Amino acid sequence: MAEPEIKSYEPFHESRSAAVTESRPARAVLMTVVFVFLAVFLLLPLIIVFKEAFAKGVGTYLESLSDADTRSAIRLTLLVAAISVPLNIVFGISAAWAIAKFEFKGKAFLTTLIDLPFSVSPVISGLVYVLLFGAQGLLGEWLKAHGIQILFAVPGIVLATVFVTFPFVARELIPLMQEQGNGDEEAALSLGANGWQTFWYVTLPNVKWGLLYGVLLCNARAMGEFGAVSVVSGHIRGLTNTMPLHVEILYNEYNAVGAFAVASLLAGLALVTLVLKTLLEMRYGAELAATRGH
Amino acid sequence: MEVRVANVRKEFERFPALHDVSLDIKSGELIALLGPSGSGKTTLLRLIAGLERPTRGKIFFGDEDASQKSIQERNVGFVFQHYALFRHMTVADNIGFGLKVRHGPTRPPAAEIRRRASELLDLVQLSGLEKRYPAQLSGGQRQRVALARAMAIEPKVLLLDEPFGALDAQVRRELRRWLREIHDATGHTTVFVTHDQEEALELADRVVVMSQGRVEQVGTADDIYDTPNSPFVYGFIGESSSLPVKIENGEIWLADRPIGLSAPHAPQGDAMLYFRPHDVELLDGCSGCIAGTVAASRRVAGTRRVELEIGGERQRVEIELPVDHPAAQKSRVAFRPGRWKLFPAA
Repeated sequence: MAEPEIKSYEPFHESRSAAVTESRPARAVLMTVVFVFLAVFLLLPLIIVFKEAFAKGVGTYLESLSDADTRSAIRLTLLVAAISVPLNIVFGISAAWAIAKFEFKGKAFLTTLIDLPFSVSPVISGLVYVLLFGAQGLLGEWLKAHGIQILFAVPGIVLATVFVTFPFVARELIPLMQEQGNGDEEAALSLGANGWQTFWYVTLPNVKWGLLYGVLLCNARAMGEFGAVSVVSGHIRGLTNTMPLHVEILYNEYNAVGAFAVASLLAGLALVTLVLKTLLEMRYGAELAATRGH
Repeated sequence: MEVRVANVRKEFERFPALHDVSLDIKSGELIALLGPSGSGKTTLLRLIAGLERPTRGKIFFGDEDASQKSIQERNVGFVFQHYALFRHMTVADNIGFGLKVRHGPTRPPAAEIRRRASELLDLVQLSGLEKRYPAQLSGGQRQRVALARAMAIEPKVLLLDEPFGALDAQVRRELRRWLREIHDATGHTTVFVTHDQEEALELADRVVVMSQGRVEQVGTADDIYDTPNSPFVYGFIGESSSLPVKIENGEIWLADRPIGLSAPHAPQGDAMLYFRPHDVELLDGCSGCIAGTVAASRRVAGTRRVELEIGGERQRVEIELPVDHPAAQKSRVAFRPGRWKLFPAA
């Protein structure tokens, strides 16, 4: 189906009155401060990442990326993202649906709980899994008896990643669904659609851009997460190292080119995410939710 | 399809929205549920639709008990105040939605669905707009599409929740006439909710006046307007004036004077006299009348509305005079209500 040519929502440009604008020098100073800050703290590091990565030429760059451990780290990161992002789509939609469309006891509590991963240090969330699934942990004995390895293995990394990325999709969808209300769903039901048809034909298309936006941020965080994953991973080369962990290991081994080569991939992902995010905001700004806290 | 609401009670979180409401809707009838906000009119409509379940009581479609049926099983066409059109679908897809989501043999082929959608667009006078999106339509056009969408499923009953509430006055009047024409052409049993008495009285075969979760009165526009059966209906429908009076030996007294109206069956004692400001007989002399000092006089469209202060307690009532009536120039006016009604004193 062709995309609807819905009237574009121009961002509202308010021309400021002479009374509240600053004098020319004041404006110049403010702008300079902002740009210098951005250049030093954001642009410069980005340039250095790529400069260091290509310090010994493109050949060395490609060579370090094709290293077996590096490739395994890339594969693991992609795998973790491929598992945790869909899980978060399901969780996020369910949570948003429950919060936006139903009234129930403990709703406020649930809403707060969803934000928990944002307010808690990722290292703590990693540690929680160690306490739960570790050898001395709550479920450690049972897991060992049944031969299930969670900690220092892929399942642990996935769990930690799902935890830290949980709010992205849910928080994007909750305000959007709340704003849209139940009207469209009631209309679909009154026309004879069952629950699944209503979700598929009505609810999902209504939130698709918000969902995409949440998925984008969720994916960026899933691939870039360090703290929580670091605690549960065990840092086994070629087995439980994700890209961010691998960068650290290479750097600690004074393999600057290798470290920055992997880092350049992550930086590239960040840039792509940023561009897509900006495009989405420009095109569907009004349809996206108001929360832009991340 | 006849619809019968039998002793329905609806509570939200223990708070009653409807108390024991009963209502018979005849097949093919156009009925208005009229009341102020919070009167339960929308709740009643949603109960008929199946968007809510009654706490007590039953709703019948024909002879069939529909109370426990889901909204999908009831096959009703529902039109929402804010249209609730699917914004990512074209007008044609919106109208065809109810047919598209059917299962098995009841689902018409795609070409048939398109044809039906075009037919309905013709009916609502929007031919040629199949490919538009809701955002590209005006409010009035959207509501027409919403109606076409509701009618596409060949509903047993058409239910409209403040269908013109979000539109401006001009479009409202136009759509009102148009809805009446559509109703007369298709013959659907139709129930609509409104808080606009003009809309209800003009459009509906019968009006259900509701207040605080109860049905106050059901009747034609004439019944409701000419013989309101409660002070609420008097006050809510049209203009009304009221005065505290006393009944003695079948005569109505205002303060210490009889006003020339007799009410032989009314109980002795205090009562409230209700009448329409325009339905008064002006008198020259006053032997048995209501007389008052003119406190204010306003020109309202084709009439003059005069506010009178009556008696020692300076009770204020409004009456309407013809614009050029000499009484408007006087400082004292005497009159007697033409049609009136007594209600127990509050």
